[in-house]
Amino acid sequence: MNQKCECGRVNPYGTEVCGSCGKPLADPDSNRLLNMRYEGAARRSQIYSTSIIDKIWNFFSSVKVGVGIIIVTLIASSLGTIFPQEMFMPPGETPEVYYAEEYGALGQVYYAFGLHNMYGSWWYMLLIAALGVSIIIASIDRFFPLYKALKSQRVTRHKSFMKRQRIFGTSRVEDVDHTFQAAQDILKKKRYNIREENGHILAEKNRWARWGPYVNHIGLIIFLIGASLRFFPGMYVDENMWVREGETEVVPGTSGDYYVENQGFTYEEFDEDDEIFADGMEASAALQFEETFRTDAVLYRPEGPLGVDQELEEVDRHPIEVNDAFHFDDYTLYQVDYKLDELKELSFEVEDTETDEVVGSFTVDLNDPDDTYALDNGEDVRINSYFPNFYMNDENMPTTENDVPDNPAFIFEMANPDTEALDHTFLGIQANYNVSPDQEENRYEFSLDGFDTNDLTGLTVRKDNTIPYLSVGGAIFLIGLVQGSYWPHSRIWLQRKDGEVWLAAHTNKHWAPLKKDIDAITKETGITAPRDQIDDEYEKGEDKDNS
Amino acid sequence: MSLSMILLTIAFFFYLVATVLYAVSVTGRKWRNKEGRVTGNNWGLFGYITAIGGLVFALGYFVTRWITVGFAPVSNMFEYLTFFGITLSLAFVIIYGIYRSNVLGVITLPVVMLMIGYATVFVTDYQPRQPALQTYWLEIHVLTTGLAQGILAVSFGAGVIYLLRTIDLKGKKMTKRTFGVEFIMYTFMTLFAFIVLTNAFNAFGYEAQFAYVNEFEEPAEIIYDLPPIFGPNEGELLSSDRMEPWFEMPDWIDSDSLNTTAWAFGSGLVLFGAVRLITRRRIGTLLQPFVKRVNPDLMDEISYRAIAIGFPLFALGGLVFAMIWAQIAWTRFWGWDPKEVWALITFLFYAAYLHLRLNRSWQGEPSAWLAVVGFAIIMINLIFVNLVIAGLHSYA
Repeated sequence: MNQKCECGRVNPYGTEVCGSCGKPLADPDSNRLLNMRYEGAARRSQIYSTSIIDKIWNFFSSVKVGVGIIIVTLIASSLGTIFPQEMFMPPGETPEVYYAEEYGALGQVYYAFGLHNMYGSWWYMLLIAALGVSIIIASIDRFFPLYKALKSQRVTRHKSFMKRQRIFGTSRVEDVDHTFQAAQDILKKKRYNIREENGHILAEKNRWARWGPYVNHIGLIIFLIGASLRFFPGMYVDENMWVREGETEVVPGTSGDYYVENQGFTYEEFDEDDEIFADGMEASAALQFEETFRTDAVLYRPEGPLGVDQELEEVDRHPIEVNDAFHFDDYTLYQVDYKLDELKELSFEVEDTETDEVVGSFTVDLNDPDDTYALDNGEDVRINSYFPNFYMNDENMPTTENDVPDNPAFIFEMANPDTEALDHTFLGIQANYNVSPDQEENRYEFSLDGFDTNDLTGLTVRKDNTIPYLSVGGAIFLIGLVQGSYWPHSRIWLQRKDGEVWLAAHTNKHWAPLKKDIDAITKETGITAPRDQIDDEYEKGEDKDNS
Repeated sequence: MSLSMILLTIAFFFYLVATVLYAVSVTGRKWRNKEGRVTGNNWGLFGYITAIGGLVFALGYFVTRWITVGFAPVSNMFEYLTFFGITLSLAFVIIYGIYRSNVLGVITLPVVMLMIGYATVFVTDYQPRQPALQTYWLEIHVLTTGLAQGILAVSFGAGVIYLLRTIDLKGKKMTKRTFGVEFIMYTFMTLFAFIVLTNAFNAFGYEAQFAYVNEFEEPAEIIYDLPPIFGPNEGELLSSDRMEPWFEMPDWIDSDSLNTTAWAFGSGLVLFGAVRLITRRRIGTLLQPFVKRVNPDLMDEISYRAIAIGFPLFALGGLVFAMIWAQIAWTRFWGWDPKEVWALITFLFYAAYLHLRLNRSWQGEPSAWLAVVGFAIIMINLIFVNLVIAGLHSYA
């Protein structure tokens, strides 16, 4: 099946241009410009097409298919930005309701098609995977034939190879040897590698740029593999935590190995009257301009034998800010959110309605209330019920939404010395009711006396062991991209044919710099300027080149 | 006016003069040299020098503003759009250095002016940066991305020239191609009309204040900077001597944005229609005298070259640096924020372009159209995603 060229080289079946002398093998009698992609070397995808594996290989090796996958991914990605993704939905909303209410019928369609959670959907993942497969197969299919062809190319070129280059010209010169020497010197100065053979010259520059696409594809594959490693256990942690000032909490996602204390939270806004920024802040629609928010964090590790009595030992401390996270072990703590002035303590005063005298006061720690509080007159107040975030539920019963003290309410219980019964008082923000079961008048009256607040810091705990792979992949990708983009691979052939000097040239990219190099030769030597045959070629109609 | 704004204004006029010089160079008479041979003229060189002058003043704006605020002035819409204009002029200066194409100046420099003009529609005062932006990654990420986008925009300029040069715009029948070219022209005229209109109303201090009921069914107030064609929900005009809105919008429509958009596209349409009626020709044909001596093949190469230079830079600034910073500031290198997604779309689009170009049938006109679409995607990410789609990047 292999073809033997007249120059003696045996080319594998499917070769379009002889790997050695450049003779066109596919359509030897045509005078169309040669298709120089992959040097006319035989590619697996164009040779075999019988088995199912061949068919899969051929499908994914096609650039057309690759571009198709890119375009579909691109369109799909843009659809996902029409409305916010599910992850940006306000907390506490259900997507079924949210998209319909917020965006009407279109929102419903959006939700029905699963576009609200698109980037994690199986079909989007499948698209990315298909892109990866296409990159791998298309690269393998092309790299090896291209590499071999460029490696085995000989200086001496077949006449029809020369004629069918985009830049081609013949000239008669007086002294061929002298002309060749002069041309060679010029090209050497322009950093071409010169090879000579039978008196012919091949000047070549930046062949390594041809490997750029394959290098960047390797980088992309490493990146994609790295990204998929996230789904393996132990590679990735994404947790959120809230820590009140002065409190220490276990760091979620670290299996209890670390605790973090919030020693203080700082929040600063830009000064409204700032000399430089005042006008700009006023002109903006934003109501506040936060300047800094920072958590003075201390990291602890439990030490000693496992059990109840473990001591926390300080490991490290770091003020955490946006853009300045706290790194420890494999983990990172990020400043992401805050809640200012959350209620921390409420103080109450108790008055004896008979004597109109204050009989005592007490302060409740809203995050850790006591069962009872002793008053000055020796009586006790007991907390019957505590609702940190109070609301009345559907059955009209007092209840709490969660344990965040945003709207604290209490039912206090006190013994009434007159009736021997228990007085019950419901006390909340702007609420004070007698809720005693006996409906009698209460002896003691409660009133809110004061409050204290503190700040909370919202931290994200992150571990991402995929990053080294992504970094390596990304770096290789960029190197390959630059390698393939910033240097054009150019070749100039100077041959002695029929007593004339034949010049042909090819580049895989920008032709203007190549033409400049050739101009330098024609200016200094007797060689006449070659033609750019592309114009003739366009007139002959569309290029039937596919794949 | 601050020093930086004075410098920017001077730069603007330099760009204007450079455009005129380039226009003269491509339409004007050729000069003869000492031996009496026709060698073209030197207007192009004068244009180049003026463009470089404009760039120097623009960089003067950039540096003085940077010194005043203490960080690279690229943190809101005015600053970024201006920066984009500057990088486009920088990219033009670089690519002109390689290809000496005068006509590229005729098309590219007006885009620079439009960009800077459009920037002034937004708040031009100094604004502080929020905590996430307070890092040198702002400079690393945004300057690289801006430069990349400026270079990619040159490919758009060359693409437009290619289309103007090769497409027959004189024929009576409207085709997809003539429509496409006219649509590009209309877009630019819209931008132009809108900039003039906004600055004019601004100069006269136009404001119309409304009390209205917002989407949360709460009373609120809003100030229109352009006459209200579309008024807010249950709007009540508070300013005196201002026209009443023609239409009242329901609460779920951002009536002010709709009004602004209507003014922009409406005034663009009026301008476009007026020019078409007066000249009785397609707008594109008015530009064709500038491009008639252009070698289309060279334009195709410039367009491609710009993408070949800009694409790796965009990947570096718009994706890699962006990911590194996102990991530092937002805890994750990628979060499907709309701006991130559109950066990915831009990347994918130009990747598709580069792969399609491997096939010779996609070179030339198809490539030119793709370059136009690529620029449109960049502008969508810059304007639409910032102003319309809410996300982490909405700073303006």
